[in-house]
Amino acid sequence: MQVFSVGQVVRYLKDVLEYDAILADLWIGGEVSNFSRARSGHCYFVVKDAVSQINCVLFRGPGGYDRDLGNGQAVLVHGKVSVYETRGELQMVVDVVQPEGVGALALEFERLKTKLEAEGLFELGRKRRLPLFPQRIGVVTSPTGAVWHDIQQVITRRYPLVELVLAPTAVQGEQAAPGVEDALRRLNLRDDIDLIIVARGGGSLEDLWAFNEERVARAIFASRIPVISGVGHETDTTIADWVADRRGPTPSVAAEIAVPDRQELRSHVLLDQRRLKGALADTMGRARTSLDSLRMRLGALAPPIDRERQRVDDQTRLLTLHLQRLLDARRNAIALRVSQLDAFNPQHTLARGYALVQRGDTGTVVTRPDQAAPGAALMITVADGAFPALSGPPIAGGAPVPPQQNAEPPRPAAPKAPRKRKEPPQEQMQLL
Amino acid sequence: MPRKPASPPAELPFEEAYSRLELAVQRLESGGLSLDEALSLYQEGMQLAGLCTHLLDNAELRVTQLSAFPDGDAAV
Repeated sequence: MQVFSVGQVVRYLKDVLEYDAILADLWIGGEVSNFSRARSGHCYFVVKDAVSQINCVLFRGPGGYDRDLGNGQAVLVHGKVSVYETRGELQMVVDVVQPEGVGALALEFERLKTKLEAEGLFELGRKRRLPLFPQRIGVVTSPTGAVWHDIQQVITRRYPLVELVLAPTAVQGEQAAPGVEDALRRLNLRDDIDLIIVARGGGSLEDLWAFNEERVARAIFASRIPVISGVGHETDTTIADWVADRRGPTPSVAAEIAVPDRQELRSHVLLDQRRLKGALADTMGRARTSLDSLRMRLGALAPPIDRERQRVDDQTRLLTLHLQRLLDARRNAIALRVSQLDAFNPQHTLARGYALVQRGDTGTVVTRPDQAAPGAALMITVADGAFPALSGPPIAGGAPVPPQQNAEPPRPAAPKAPRKRKEPPQEQMQLL
Repeated sequence: MPRKPASPPAELPFEEAYSRLELAVQRLESGGLSLDEALSLYQEGMQLAGLCTHLLDNAELRVTQLSAFPDGDAAV
């Protein structure tokens, strides 16, 4: 037979419990009682139900689970069940405490969401368009804390042209829901607010609970001024977010949504200036082109003076040319006639050795011998002069003999001399 | 046709200055204006652009605070 010490048995129990898979990591649900907090900060309590109870210890730690812990609370505790050796007592070392009430809140959230959705508070069509360039923005949030500071920072960076009007309120606890409701009311009473931001930082479902309250939802819905909600973290969605005209996943994003970015606006203004310059240049270019085109058309329509002047010059020149030709032709004709006439010039005949005999008294040209009766005074003209002569005594035999052996052959071109004007025109033709 | 006043008032809310600038650009780009009108519009546009830039560069955030709830109604 083996006899064990108390310590050994208690130690043995502890080992057995600690090696059990279930007992090493489990959740227990029950009610808190006998709660006490030691000076060290560790919490000692009992979790019980109708049948039994277990001692618990929650060591002081970063989780903050001891904060709201108190008697009568329905809780879920997580940890491991073991034996507190010194006292030989069953004990649970708790690392997470979750109020049983979380479940109730979640149910309430679903209930309210369904109800308000049915009433149309979430209706997309009812959501108002946000003003592009708000002048005054109302902010519903706590005056202390990071959120108000962050919102101011974002707005200062993006668009400091606005004025921010803070309507301060508690954002958690019992005062939060009525506070938010009142802030919305007061902002809506003013006539100079363009936009409202409702904001609150991250937290648990209880922390954010005010923004799931019916009165807050209805206050946002009733707001004449558009509302942007920025509550909690990206993953938190409250009923306020559903009702608001726009939702930002965080308060800072809500502030970004509220205003334009002045960097972008600056770029746009620069672009506008460039467009103005371009459009003006185009307009002037078009005007110039139009003017040139008109000038050309005008030029094409009116007979240009210069061209006419030139035409006059041309015509004058042509005229002169014609006249010149005419004159030349006439001159030639005259010259021709002159030369033709010249052909009749007795001087030529005389040059060939013929003599012109004229009666000395009358000057009549002697063509017949009877005109030169013996003793008649005659004038004889030869090539180089004239001299008087007396017709000599008649020649024996009677008929005068023309001195043929001395005659030169008449020039082919010249007519027989001396002939009077009655020369047949045919001979003249030959000349030509 | 009487010449329209080319210069906008010295102080305009940003939104108004900006939208008038946009309008000037669109009208000038759409064409069909006389040279006179175009120049006038150009001047107005550039002045508005200058005003917009001035407002954007020199603005300082103004912040006011209503009194806290539940003291409420006194501070509307």
